[in-house]
Order: sequence, then structure tokens, then C-alpha cells
Amino acid sequence: MDGINSLRNGPDEFGNFGQFGGRFVAETLMPLILDLEAHYRAAKIDPEFKAELSDLSINYAGRPSPLYFAKRVTEHLGGAKVWFKREELNHTGSHKINNCLGQILLAKRMGKTRVIAETGAGQHGVATATVCAKFDLPCVIFMGATDVERQMPNVLRMRMLGAEVRPVTAGAGTLKDAMNEALRDWVTNVDTTYYLIGTAAGPHPYPEMVRDFQSVIGTEIKDQFQKAEGKLPDAVVACVGGGSNAIGSFHAFLDDSSVALFGAEAGGHGIDVENGHAASMTGGRPGVLHGNRTYLLQDKDGQILEGHSISAGLDYPGVGPEHSFLHDTKRVTYAPITDDEALEAFQLCTKLEGIIPALESAHGLALLMKVAKTMGKDQSIVLCLSGRGDKDVESVGKYLGLLK
Amino acid sequence: MSTRIATRFAAVKAENRPALVTYVMAGDPDLATSQAILAALPQAGSDMIELGIPFSDPMADGVAIQLGGQRALAAGQTLRGVLAMVEDFRRKDEITPIVLMGYYNPIYSMGVDKFLAAAVAAGVDGLIVVDLPPEEDDELCLPALAAGINFIRLTTPTTDDKRLPTVLKNTSGFVYYVSMTGVTGAAIKSRGAVSDAVERIKGHTDLPVAVGFGIKTAADAADIGRHADGIVVGTVLVEAVANSLVDGKATDKTVGAVRDLVADLFAGVKRARG
Repeated sequence: MDGINSLRNGPDEFGNFGQFGGRFVAETLMPLILDLEAHYRAAKIDPEFKAELSDLSINYAGRPSPLYFAKRVTEHLGGAKVWFKREELNHTGSHKINNCLGQILLAKRMGKTRVIAETGAGQHGVATATVCAKFDLPCVIFMGATDVERQMPNVLRMRMLGAEVRPVTAGAGTLKDAMNEALRDWVTNVDTTYYLIGTAAGPHPYPEMVRDFQSVIGTEIKDQFQKAEGKLPDAVVACVGGGSNAIGSFHAFLDDSSVALFGAEAGGHGIDVENGHAASMTGGRPGVLHGNRTYLLQDKDGQILEGHSISAGLDYPGVGPEHSFLHDTKRVTYAPITDDEALEAFQLCTKLEGIIPALESAHGLALLMKVAKTMGKDQSIVLCLSGRGDKDVESVGKYLGLLK
Repeated sequence: MSTRIATRFAAVKAENRPALVTYVMAGDPDLATSQAILAALPQAGSDMIELGIPFSDPMADGVAIQLGGQRALAAGQTLRGVLAMVEDFRRKDEITPIVLMGYYNPIYSMGVDKFLAAAVAAGVDGLIVVDLPPEEDDELCLPALAAGINFIRLTTPTTDDKRLPTVLKNTSGFVYYVSMTGVTGAAIKSRGAVSDAVERIKGHTDLPVAVGFGIKTAADAADIGRHADGIVVGTVLVEAVANSLVDGKATDKTVGAVRDLVADLFAGVKRARG
């Protein structure tokens, strides 16, 4: 436990980070969520669980991921030194594996025989299908029909890994609709099924649990940067959809007030375009959806809006409750990045560093580009490069007119 | 204070039959037709009305009620509109209890105090809010009880004896037993388990126990209603609305389709204990 004024103490026993979080679920799920919490508390302090997770993280996922000095991007921007935390080098190509390994071990401990998950960009779906293959559990991935179209390579990967991908046609066919459908499946198959939520959102204990499994990112950044430069970095940047890579990157630094923290929200066509973005904190207000109270995109009557982003992984009208808390307390600065800015950053990273980033991570890079320019050359800024962009090559190619 | 809900359950008990609780989506397929459906329900045999508040993300509902909600939203329904429907209904019917059923966000968005004041003024008797378990009672349950509105809780097959007291603690009006683990409109897996569960719940509370989710026919109503104090029918009524539409618009058959089905279900509850 950190000090009484620490920002790292949340959530409280009811799952609240300030006014955000909670357990807003149907009664059918409530006993299961309490059971999950009990199992998680026990696992968290069980040396055997920790040892197994650590072994898998090292030998299966490839941790620790490198902290890389991006020399050409640094020179191009002419400001702070730019570093990439290379989560895209993890097995399955993103940070999502960190959480999936932790949760699949929990599912096993709980004796569950079937796994479901929602996915937007497909990165979480692939990571879930991967751990289910490894642990021999049948798995169903709910994915919006729109996202199935724009992330076909990941759909194929999931199917090859043995998962059933169920396209969801309700609503706009994106991440929010996939999550609704996953919740409907869970409520129906509650006895056998483990819901492996991919982001740091949903009912307590998911936001806390996913954060804990992802906080290895920030812990490693801290160690690696200390070894490289002998101090703390001056700023850390990550993209925020639900916000799992961001909270994982930020958590270790929350009490280090010298480290500025920045989250890039999906600004889509622009924050002033109605229903044209997915920046829930910049453009939304608090509400209750998918088990938690958090900032949501909604109309004046409390109906949830679909939102828009070029990135399927950020195209969600809500955000993890801890981010809402960090937004209100102003510990983290959240700013919208438009589709065009993300595309520009995507190309810059590809051409200058030879790294094709996921469109999600490109949002983080676009925000870094703005911030780094305002910083001194003796300062350092770290980007969580949360995923690789192979899945986006086709859709970016279309946007750039490279495909006929 | 004897509430409309308590009065109605006492009345049907005296008739030795279960109450027929009917669910319709407020504003489906359009505001005027929905108001006409609502007005027709009591005469057709509905003892109590659950009026659905449409929501963009109905996580606990099956396809039929999802689509009903989408039709209502497309027709311009809002939470204020739902309350206005109740107010209009109450001008002609002072006795049939109305329970609003939906999800928390539209209420939270309006503001709990503002909503409760408007609900009391409109003549709302109870609330069922799917995503507010007892762990979140401070949000709406306790303020609603203080305002004189019943807060009806769902209990489910996963609510075991250890948890039941928690769930029942601030429940009032009646207890709504969800017949299976699933979404609205799915199939009941075991009827025997439903009557066992009703008995189990009655061991913990004096409140009436109504059963819902998966009751589709008069035969179901008669069967489940043998042990339950009330049966709740929703999906098939929303489907009756859907099936009566032409090009998505109400027809002269829409109100009648719902009325006839309710009358049929009422025949089922009347013979439940016969």
C-alpha cells in the first residue's frame, strides 16, 4: 500500500476510483463477479500463481519488452528524446497478451471450461484465442461486423487459433456492440464461462485486475529508463480506448509528480463533429455502461452514442473508470488525436524508424509529436508502442490511396 | 400505506390466481400507438404493467426487446416521454400499477432526484433497473424507497440462499424471479427448478414472487402461475407489435394483436390453479 495521499490506492472495496467504477451489472452476474474478486485476491498473493505468470511472461510472451531510443524520430521532432516501449514485440503483437495470460490462469483456477471475449481491433481477440489454444479451452470472440471487415487479418488469425468469431450486427457493429453481446452470452452461460475482458473497464474487479496485469509495462519502463539514463523519464504517453495499455504504462508513475502523463483519445473527424469521434473524456460526460460509471459519449437523454475512430481499437464510447478519475484529478492530461494526425504519425514511424505501429499506437505517437516539441533536448518522453500495425496495413493503404 | 402493487396482489390472491404482469416497450412502434396499447392492457386482462424505458445498450435483453427499444428510440422516445405516457394513462386509470423497467443510464443522466419527483407526479408505482444490484443501492434504490416508489429486484438462478437476504433486503412491491440464466425471451430450461426456486424465495420473504423471462403462451402462464404469485410476459408482446407492422409502421392490427394475446394469456392465469 502506498501513502494515504497516493493515487495508486484505488479502487476502494466497492470498486470505486473516486466517483467512477462500481459494479453495475445484472443480478445473474453479481455472484460470479464476487467470486471472481475472491479468486483474484487469493491468486494475487499466491506465490505459485505469480511464478507461473512470470514464467509465461518471460518464456511465452517474450517479456521484458525493450525500451528503444527512437533516434530519427527524436531528430525529426527536435525536442525531447523519444523512447518507445516496444509492447508490439510481445507474442501476438501487442500488450494484450499481458492481461490474457493473467486472466486465463484465473479462469483455470476457477474451473471454468469456456472463455468468451469482445474485441475491437482484434488484438485482444487474438491474444485471447492464443491463450485459449495454449490452455485448451474453447473460446468465442464477439466482434462487431464493421470491425470484422476492417480487421480481417486478425479475424483469420483467431480462426486459425481455433476460436469461433461471432460477428455482431447490432448497432454500428463495433466494440460497444460486441461487448453487449458478450455480456448477453455471459449471462446465459454463467456457470461454465469465463469472460476475459480485454480492457481496464467493466464491473469491479476487472478495471483493477486488468490494470494490475498490465502495470508490468510501466514498472519495466521505470527500471529500463533508470538503467539507461539514471533517472525518471519526464513524460509518458499512451493511447486510450478502454485504456489498458495506458493505465498499465501510467500506474507505476502516478505518484512521481515529475513525470507528466499523457493519454491520446480518438478524435476521429474532430472533436466538434457530432458523433464523429470516440474521445469520451474530452467530449463526453459521466454515465453508467457495461458495469461501471465512467465518462461516456451519450446524447442528452442518456442514450449511448457509437462514436467514430479510424482505429477499431479506440472506437468505444467509454473509457476505463480509473482514467476518468485521473482525468478529473488532472494527474493525466488527455487530448484528442484526429484520424488524420494518427495516419501522419503512422507513416512517420514507419518511414523513420522502420516500425509499423498499430493505428491505436499511432494516436499515442501523434500526441507525443506535439508534446516532445515543447520539451527540452535534455528531457525524455516515452511512448507505449502498444501494438504492431500489420493488421492495419490494408485499411491504411486504402486511406492513402495505395490500393486500387 | 397500501400501494397499488400491494393492493393488486392482494386482489388476485383473493381470486386464487396469479397476477398477469405485461411488459411493453414505451414508444414502440410509435408514441401514439404505444399509448393506445398501454390503455388497452388493463381491459384485456393485464393486472400490472411493466413499461420498458428504451435504452441504446440493453445488455440483458434478447433480440425482440432490443428491436422494440430501437423502434421506440427511432420514434423519438425519451425518458421524459415515458413519464408523460404514464401521466396520460393515469388520467383514465387510477388503479393499475405501473412499473418502469430499464437500465440506469437514462435515469442517471436525468438526475435521480429529478427523475423520482417526476415519476411520483406521473403515478409510477415501481422501478426495475436491471444494472443496479444491491451493491449499488445508494444510487437509486434507497432514494426511490424514500420517495414512496417500490424498488423491485430481480433474483436469478445464480442468487443462492446465502445471497438472497442481500438481494431481498431493500426489495419492495414484489420479487421478480428470472426463470433462467439468460436474456429476455430465451427458453426456460427447467420448469421444476422454477417452482423450487419460487418456494425457496418464499422461505425468505413475505413479498409476492413473480416469475418472468421465457413465458410465452397461455399454457406457460397456467403452468408457471400455479406456484408463482405473478407471471411476467414481455417478449411475445413486443414480437406481436413487430409482427403487426408493415414497412416498420403501425397498422390497424397493432393494438389488437397485443390486446388479443394479453386476453389469451389472461385465460391462462385464470386456469392456473383451477
